[in-house]
Amino acid sequence: MKRYDVIVVGAGPAGLSAAIEAAKRGLKVVVFDENSKPGGQLFKQIHKFFGSKEHRAKIRGFKIGEELLKEAEVTGVEVVLNAIVIGLFLDKEVTVNVNDEVVHYKGDAIIVATGASENMVTFDGWTLPGVIGAGAAQTMMNLHSVQPGKRILMLGSGNVGLVVSYQLLQVGCEVVAIVDAAPKIGGYGVHAAKVARCGVPFNLSHTIIKAEGDQYVTGVTIGEVDNKFNIIPGTEKHFDVDTICIAVGLSPMSQLLKMAGCNMEENPKKGGFVPVCNEYGETSIGGIFVSGDVSGIEEASSAMIEGRISGVAAAFRLGFIDKEELKAKAGELEQALLSLRQGMFGPGNKGKDITKTEEDCDVSINLLKKGYMTDEEVVKYPGVKSIKGIHAVIECSQNIPCNPCQDSCPKKCIRIGDKITALPIVDEESKCIGCGMCVASCSGQAIFLVNEDYEEGYTYVTLPYEFLPLPKKGMKGVAFDRSGQEVCDAEVVEIKSLAAFDHTNLLTIKVPKEMGMKARFFK
Amino acid sequence: MSKVNDRSRDIGEYMMRPDDDIIICRCEEITKGEIRKAVYEGMFTITEIRRYLRTGMGLCQGLTCGKLVKGIVAKELCVSPSDLEAAMSRAPMRPIEMKVLGNEKRGGE
Repeated sequence: MKRYDVIVVGAGPAGLSAAIEAAKRGLKVVVFDENSKPGGQLFKQIHKFFGSKEHRAKIRGFKIGEELLKEAEVTGVEVVLNAIVIGLFLDKEVTVNVNDEVVHYKGDAIIVATGASENMVTFDGWTLPGVIGAGAAQTMMNLHSVQPGKRILMLGSGNVGLVVSYQLLQVGCEVVAIVDAAPKIGGYGVHAAKVARCGVPFNLSHTIIKAEGDQYVTGVTIGEVDNKFNIIPGTEKHFDVDTICIAVGLSPMSQLLKMAGCNMEENPKKGGFVPVCNEYGETSIGGIFVSGDVSGIEEASSAMIEGRISGVAAAFRLGFIDKEELKAKAGELEQALLSLRQGMFGPGNKGKDITKTEEDCDVSINLLKKGYMTDEEVVKYPGVKSIKGIHAVIECSQNIPCNPCQDSCPKKCIRIGDKITALPIVDEESKCIGCGMCVASCSGQAIFLVNEDYEEGYTYVTLPYEFLPLPKKGMKGVAFDRSGQEVCDAEVVEIKSLAAFDHTNLLTIKVPKEMGMKARFFK
Repeated sequence: MSKVNDRSRDIGEYMMRPDDDIIICRCEEITKGEIRKAVYEGMFTITEIRRYLRTGMGLCQGLTCGKLVKGIVAKELCVSPSDLEAAMSRAPMRPIEMKVLGNEKRGGE
């Protein structure tokens, strides 16, 4: 039987990272993946990632996937595609369905990085064609260039629901509403703000009653729920839609671990049924490791670090490195993981009602309920200051682990400091040159340049813009406020698309002077 | 004894509900009503429900309905879904054609 030092199951962010770290230390590594393309969900992620430089922040997900694949090739990792691991047995033997054969392999260590599957909710008509998962929508749009529908209702306001809603807008779909049974938006405020200013309404404390249609979805009825999630009669609302997109969370795909006999636990904080494991991701069976979503639902950045930790730990387990090297490397990675888990959305704060930021600012209630901050709320944060001449306005109001804006400014106008979750502060003394690097660096598209002093009676507002076709200089259109309401006429005075901006175009519009702190989108 | 395995416990009678005809397991076309009824017929664990109705035994192997079935059974038994043990995991983990399953090779040969 063919043997490897390490067999990795799943070529997503966690699996590839694990394979790379193990291979770097001289281990013979194979990665099996059931899909025809490697990268897991990374190649569907066209948005810029959050985090710090070390976490590959402000790089788009699919680029990170390309980098990982290159690194895997350089380090000598063997990646086998269309290879479905169908069994994990005693003594770390796996069976793989590949090339119409069931092939047995043996690994001295096994790293399971199978990821997660999407949760579903049931309602009348949920099996009609046109009801799809958010993952399916992303696959259609970002891998196959297919519009999932024309008019879409999104169920779920977590980061997946918000990010996919924005992508649906980018491909030209109309998102009629984002619906969530919870009373608050679950994902990052900056993601919600991105879709809210495009005019997408949020319906919180609502759920789907019925998908309408005989052969396929032609409409949907939603209704308000009380605090026990029962529908309140008389609150029904109807939308004409052809697609209903479901983004109600993920469950770890941990069946292989249960089959292998690992100790398992039902852990709601980790999103479901997961193996019990130590800080290196090693399960109750020595030499079987887990990393990424299969060990607890998080996101791709932490999955990559977890993968690296278990790759290093596997190298130690097989005697390729000594304890000191394990401790040094894993310790460093654990620090990085810890920083990603900080802030309002960290696992430790799950379910908590946070009303103040770390800076003791009030958390915007409107951002949580409607997806945007009011004019009165937005000025309370340290990134929003009234300064003469051109300056950055950073509408960042929640403590999330992200800091690329700080390094992006060549004039040091933006300060976050050592604590990665701190809100960015715009320095009134520093001299902004209007280069726009900060605007393009913000993964949440929450930075704008405002200049109230360039032309008498007008304010120039520079927005991050990721829609095609790009408006042309001189084009006249309408400016929208944070809530997606039309506020005034606007004229495009400049459009900048530098390579350094990585496809975040900088659109500068001219609006009446008093609209400078209102206009946040252009059509 | 856990509440789940206590067969002497009286859980009452099966009563029809308006949403009983909703399909839960799409692969095997099992409705919510069938699952609820099975509980009253004595199927208290996920493994029993699976053997009785074939929920989660189709093409997707329960990836879509697993959590949903658990939720329905738990509600009828008045227990938390986490009190119910997950169904057995067995190879082959994914659907496989018989001709492939019968074509076993030792790797590297």
